[in-house]
Amino acid sequence: MLKDITLGQFLPGDSPVHRLDPRAKILLLIAVIVFIFITGNYISLALVGVFIIAVILFTKISLKMYLKSMKMILFIVLFTGLINLFYGKGEPLVQLGIFTITEAGINNAIFVTVRIALLILASSVLTFTTSPTDLTDAVERLLKPLTVFHIKVHEVAMMMTIALRFVPTLLEETDKIMSAQKARGADMDSGNLIKRVKALIPVLIPLFLSAFRRASDLAIAMECRCYQGGSGRTRMKTLHYGKIDAYGAAICLVLLTGVILCNIFLPATVR
Amino acid sequence: MNIIETEDLSFVYGQGTPFEKKANDKLNIQIKEGEFIGIIGHTGSGKSTLVQMLNGLIKPTSGTVKLCGEDIWAAPKEIRKIRFKVGLVFQYPEYQLFEETVEKDIAYGPGNMGLSDEEIQQRVRLAARFAGLKDELLKKSPFDLSGGEKRRAAIAGVIAMDPDVLILDEPTAGLDPSGRDVLLAQIKQYHDERKNTVLLVSHSMEDIARTADRILVMNKGRAAMLEDTQTVFSRGDELEKMGLRVPQVTKVMSRLREMGYNLPSGILTVEQAANELQNLLGKR
Repeated sequence: MLKDITLGQFLPGDSPVHRLDPRAKILLLIAVIVFIFITGNYISLALVGVFIIAVILFTKISLKMYLKSMKMILFIVLFTGLINLFYGKGEPLVQLGIFTITEAGINNAIFVTVRIALLILASSVLTFTTSPTDLTDAVERLLKPLTVFHIKVHEVAMMMTIALRFVPTLLEETDKIMSAQKARGADMDSGNLIKRVKALIPVLIPLFLSAFRRASDLAIAMECRCYQGGSGRTRMKTLHYGKIDAYGAAICLVLLTGVILCNIFLPATVR
Repeated sequence: MNIIETEDLSFVYGQGTPFEKKANDKLNIQIKEGEFIGIIGHTGSGKSTLVQMLNGLIKPTSGTVKLCGEDIWAAPKEIRKIRFKVGLVFQYPEYQLFEETVEKDIAYGPGNMGLSDEEIQQRVRLAARFAGLKDELLKKSPFDLSGGEKRRAAIAGVIAMDPDVLILDEPTAGLDPSGRDVLLAQIKQYHDERKNTVLLVSHSMEDIARTADRILVMNKGRAAMLEDTQTVFSRGDELEKMGLRVPQVTKVMSRLREMGYNLPSGILTVEQAANELQNLLGKR
C-alpha cells in the first residue's frame, strides 16, 4: 500500500525533457503554473492542456505513471470541484434545497478541476524527469541570490536532499514496524477513529526513534567525510544552460503569447 | 500430527508490474508438532516471505497454509487469532519496542489478546524468565537496556502470547559471540520445557547444527531439502552450490575422514568432534 506512492518519484530516461537543465525545468514549470492560472476561457485552458499533454508524451514515460500520481489526489480534486459547483452567481439552473447550481458555478467547477489536474501533471513531469540530486542542486543555484539576506541556501538544499533521500527508507521502515506490531496482534484496520489513532502509537514511537538514530548516524558519517557546510565546496557536475533550454523557453514564450491573446480577444468565462 | 502444512504455497511480489518477482514457488512442507526446525537459505531465497505467510502477515498469491489441518485464510477476519498462535519474531526485533517499561512492552501482545490483568502479569513474568530477563529490568525503560537485553525483551514480547509455534527470524544477528550463545541456549531451553514447535531462520550453520531437529533448505523460492540435520549437512556439495555451507567443524572432520582417519560422519558440533578425536587419539 505504501509502495504505491509515485509522487516525487524519479524515472530515468533520455527524452528531451530529461535533458533540460533542471534550473530551466523549475523556472519553466513555475511559468506554466502561472499560465494555468491566468487562463480565462476554455480555449486558452485547452491550449495549456494540450501543451502539457504534449510535454508528457515527449517524456516517453508511460501514461500509467501519471495517472497513478493523479489517483492519490483525485479525492481532493473532485472535492474542490464539487464545492465550486455551488459557488456561482447568476441565474440558478438547478435548485437543490439550499444548493443552487448556476452556469458560472459549472464553469468554475470545470476550471478548478482541470487547473488542479494540470498543475499535478505538470509538477509530475518535473519530478519524474529530474533526479532528486539535480533538483536540489537547481534549487540551491536558483536561491543563491538569497545569501545576501544571510539565508543559508546550501543548508536548506542539503536538508531537502536528505529529506527526499529518506522518504523511501522511512516508508520501508514503517512497513516493517507495522508488520512486527501486527505479529503481536496489533489491530490497525478496525475500530473508531480514537482507537485507530491509538493503534498507531506502537508504530510511531519506534519510527521516530529510528529516524533520530538514522539522523545521528548520518551526521557522524558526514562529519567523517569532512562535511562543513556550503562554503568552499565545489561540484562534480556543474549545471550549464544549453540550446535545448533556449528551445524550451521559446516554446513557453509562444504559449504565453497564445494564452494572453486568447484572454484578450475571447470573452472571459471565469472571473 | 502436522501442526503446519503448506500446499503449493506461492507468493509473487509486485504481480502485474515489470518488477514482478517470485519469492516462493509451490512450497509443500510439513512440520510436526514439537519439532525444532532450522531454516537456511541464501539471501533472497524466500525465507522471510515464507515465515510471514505462515502467520498470516502476507496473504499467499496461491496455495494454502494449514495450521492444525485448517486453512488459516478460511476466515480472513479472524487472522489475528492465527498471529497469536504462530508467534513471529522479526529480524532486529528491538526496533519494535515502544512502551515506557519493559514490562508494559512485553504485555502488549497478551493485552491485544484480551486477557485478564492477572493472566497478563503471569505471562509477562514467565516470558521474561524464558528470555532470561532479570526482574529488576522489567521496571526499566526498554531504551535504557543494552543491545542484547533489548533483543531478549522483544523476544519475550512474542513468547508472552504463548504461541503454539514460535518463529524467529535471525534472532542472533548482530549480537556478540557470548550473547549469541546465551540467547540460543535460552531458545533451546524454551523449546525443551514448553515442547512447542520452533522455527529458527539463521545464516549461521553452527547455530542451526546445535539446535535443529530438521532443516528446511530454501533455494530460489523453492524448498530444496527438508530433512533431518545430519542428512542435510552430509550433502555439503549441494549446499555449497546454493551459496550455503556446512558447519566448519563438520567440514574439518570430513576432510580428516578423506585423509584416512577413522572418524564417523555427521559430526555437527565442536563438542562431538572433541569427543571423537579424543577416542581416536586414545585408541592410538
